[in-house]
Amino acid sequence: MRLLIKSGQVIDPVNGINEVMDLLVEDGKIIAVENKIESKEAVVIDATGKYVCPGFIDMHVHLREPGFEYKEDINSGSRAAAAGGFTTICCMPNTNPVIDNAAVASFVRDRGRRTGLVNVRPIGAITKKQAGCELAPVAEMVTAGCVAISDDGKPVVRGDIMRNALEYAKMFGLPVLAHCEDPQITRDGQMHEGYFSTYFGMKGIPAAAEEVMVARDIILARLTGGRLHVCHVSTIGALDMIAKAKKEGLAVTCEVTPHHLALTDEIVGSYDTDTKVSPPLRSAEHVVALRKALADGVIDCIATDHAPHELEAKDCEYNLAANGISGLETAIAVVMDKLVNTGELDLEQMVRAFTSTPADILGLPCGELSPGTPADITIIDPELVKTVDPEAFYSLGKNTPFKGMELKGWPVMTIVGGKIVAQAGRVIED
Amino acid sequence: MKFEQRKDLLGIKELQREEIDQILDTAVPMKDIIKRDIKKVPTLRGKAMVTIFYENSTRTRTSFELAGKYLSADTTNLAVSTSSVQKGESLKDTIRTIEMMGFDLMIMRHSMTGTPHYVARNTSMRVINAGDGANEHPTQALLDMYSIREKKGRLDGLKVAILGDILHSRVARSNIYGLSKYGCEVRVVGPSTLIPPGMEKMGVKAYYSLDEALNGVDVINVLRVQRERQEIGYFPSLDEYSDLYMLRTEHLLRAKDDVMILHPGPMNRGVEISSEVADGIQSAINEQVTNGVAIRMALLYMMMGGAKDEIAN
Amino acid sequence: MPLREKNQIMDEVAIKRALTRIAHEIIERNKGVDRLAVVGIRRRGGPLAIELARRIEEIEGVGIPVGILDITLYRDDLTLQASQPQVHRTEVNFDINDMKIVLVDDVLYTGRTVRAAMDALMDLGRPKSIQLAVLVDRGHRELPIKADFIGKNVPTSKQEIISVFVKEIDGKDGVSIEEIVDS
Repeated sequence: MRLLIKSGQVIDPVNGINEVMDLLVEDGKIIAVENKIESKEAVVIDATGKYVCPGFIDMHVHLREPGFEYKEDINSGSRAAAAGGFTTICCMPNTNPVIDNAAVASFVRDRGRRTGLVNVRPIGAITKKQAGCELAPVAEMVTAGCVAISDDGKPVVRGDIMRNALEYAKMFGLPVLAHCEDPQITRDGQMHEGYFSTYFGMKGIPAAAEEVMVARDIILARLTGGRLHVCHVSTIGALDMIAKAKKEGLAVTCEVTPHHLALTDEIVGSYDTDTKVSPPLRSAEHVVALRKALADGVIDCIATDHAPHELEAKDCEYNLAANGISGLETAIAVVMDKLVNTGELDLEQMVRAFTSTPADILGLPCGELSPGTPADITIIDPELVKTVDPEAFYSLGKNTPFKGMELKGWPVMTIVGGKIVAQAGRVIED
Repeated sequence: MKFEQRKDLLGIKELQREEIDQILDTAVPMKDIIKRDIKKVPTLRGKAMVTIFYENSTRTRTSFELAGKYLSADTTNLAVSTSSVQKGESLKDTIRTIEMMGFDLMIMRHSMTGTPHYVARNTSMRVINAGDGANEHPTQALLDMYSIREKKGRLDGLKVAILGDILHSRVARSNIYGLSKYGCEVRVVGPSTLIPPGMEKMGVKAYYSLDEALNGVDVINVLRVQRERQEIGYFPSLDEYSDLYMLRTEHLLRAKDDVMILHPGPMNRGVEISSEVADGIQSAINEQVTNGVAIRMALLYMMMGGAKDEIAN
Repeated sequence: MPLREKNQIMDEVAIKRALTRIAHEIIERNKGVDRLAVVGIRRRGGPLAIELARRIEEIEGVGIPVGILDITLYRDDLTLQASQPQVHRTEVNFDINDMKIVLVDDVLYTGRTVRAAMDALMDLGRPKSIQLAVLVDRGHRELPIKADFIGKNVPTSKQEIISVFVKEIDGKDGVSIEEIVDS
């Protein structure tokens, strides 16, 4: 089948393209990106006024399957991704059983394939059962399709284990995705520590809880020469250290979530448990620094940390509520509305942060619109205005602090391997 | 906004000064009732209220129950064990059950911040927060303010020092929010580990030295020190705490001559307050207890009577 | 609720005369002022009670105790009100046990206020007797209550409103009859 996407603003940072062009897709691959393409038998998509981008990659999602299918499963998560404009998602191993061996990894990969919507790439655990004690078998997990290792959800508390993980993963060229948080400093903290934690009477989590472990992990990256990727970075201090490490030439990268870019700790005052997330929503000065670091390139990419939960996990006392935000179906609109539309983030940089950079970090064969590459394409309508309605989510997790928010700039078409998997926010059923 | 237009009393934070005035004014005639031989008026006949405390506090609960009884409301205490919070029935189900029994108002204490707010959103009963986590304890602040106003004749512009564990204290927070609305100069004093960030932004000056903090103050509100704090390592020992922060007679020389001493109770004599100060002429600690009942009567009257829809008169 | 004043039924002089007469009647009925006290019902019964006590003292040369009763907490219509009326203090600073109490109010209408006042009074002690003095009796009783001393009987319709003005509260003395105008 041929697909001709006409007159869209093609944004392909890898090839230095940012202009109105036509794009031709055939047999699942990109054939040509040119000024004027005519093709009689192609299905024509009019993309006038839209942004035609490489397929967006979310390198940090929780699909919950196996084990927590009441929160999300690979099918619902894939549909959420397609509707949200993502063509590739990488899922964290904190499932039950944990993705700490080839069997579970290939189960996840195959389940993703069978769902047939987006590319699902598993991430293997750093330690067996994510218990923080023994390294998981990296080689066999790589064979089963794992693109990185992480104990996300839990910090790797032991320094010796983290050191070995960085050292060992280096052999496979795999990055170690680190959830940096000192659990003793966090203790039973519920929100960012600062003026608002005092004002709202909540136990605070200081920025230092994150920074202490970022510091350790950067030092270990220097020691080992391993590849460290800091997940959901959220503090000024962490950014400073990452910037320095990069300048020094260490193999350190990091990601930021849309919610940490868009929201501050002030909204926790509603005591709405949908604002509860780890790391916590930070104060305004941190948010300003995160936005600047993304624009400056200190932050490499944007990832949702999509963490869906069942209603009961959030419909309870704040302290007892689960951490996490269901992010796949709002990520692009949040970043468009809060950063791109406001001029804080250059459009090309935004596209890069969602496409070629995560592809580079994980070594994925996507993230660009070069002829011959798989036709993974995300089309965004920068003018579309919609209100976030969690009830309309494909994700089983309706937990989002963005509910009811009106946002401008939404994905309107998701193409994976040349096949339209979602249009106007709705999944195309076979 | 009139106070009765609110469904719930969750904190002092969101109240306007006029509403606080209205509550304090209503408590004046209520206190008269407590002092009568016949301590009962028929006002809330046929209304039912329930206290549900997920944290022990005999005195606050008794104060609420008595306030309800003086106004002829039916009062019930729902016994809940603290351990049931984490297992078994969800809080939402518990609340729904209570609501279906026909209660008009619920008084809730919970160790977790924001829980009364969560409950209030999920019930048509009116909710009074009797203390949530380290957040707010609005009725305590109201009775403290009532006690100050009764003795000093005003609240405006007074200098008030709050002494002790500010970090974990909902009494401190509610007092700060309330007194700030009257232009009071609020100071907090305690060990640095027990003073939370953001005090200046709240318009509060923080001190580590008791002598400095008490200079020229009109009121000293002494907070209870929880023994558990020592175990988590906020200070080395209760002895050292008392050495540095126990309020003694000699400290009062720094304050105004007519300084007034408050303590929300229960007191640890010899830890945060000396017996001479607690029992001295400047102490209003006993009067606070009576005022607590009066304030709670005022709130119950204002919140429990009335029709749900406006009926022309 | 728009009101239209229909006419004034008592002016300052008429009120003074009525109070003087009531004072005499009270003394006569009670054979003097021994163990006698007047208690006004907030708000306008208060100034009227003080005025009555002054007259009684003028006539008899002996002062009698005066109190003010706030009956808000005893009202039977609280559940019908959208928001609670403000409660004020009851100021009866004498022992009412065994006293002959004359309750004083401005207008006697349904009788519900007087019922509430009697309950409020009983909660303060056990008076020997309770009598009732009102400036205006406008009829339409809903309870079996009758005034002992009346300034003026004014037959009214239920659409009408009797407004009593006293200097201490309204800046003038007078009674007028007003009518609710359909808006």
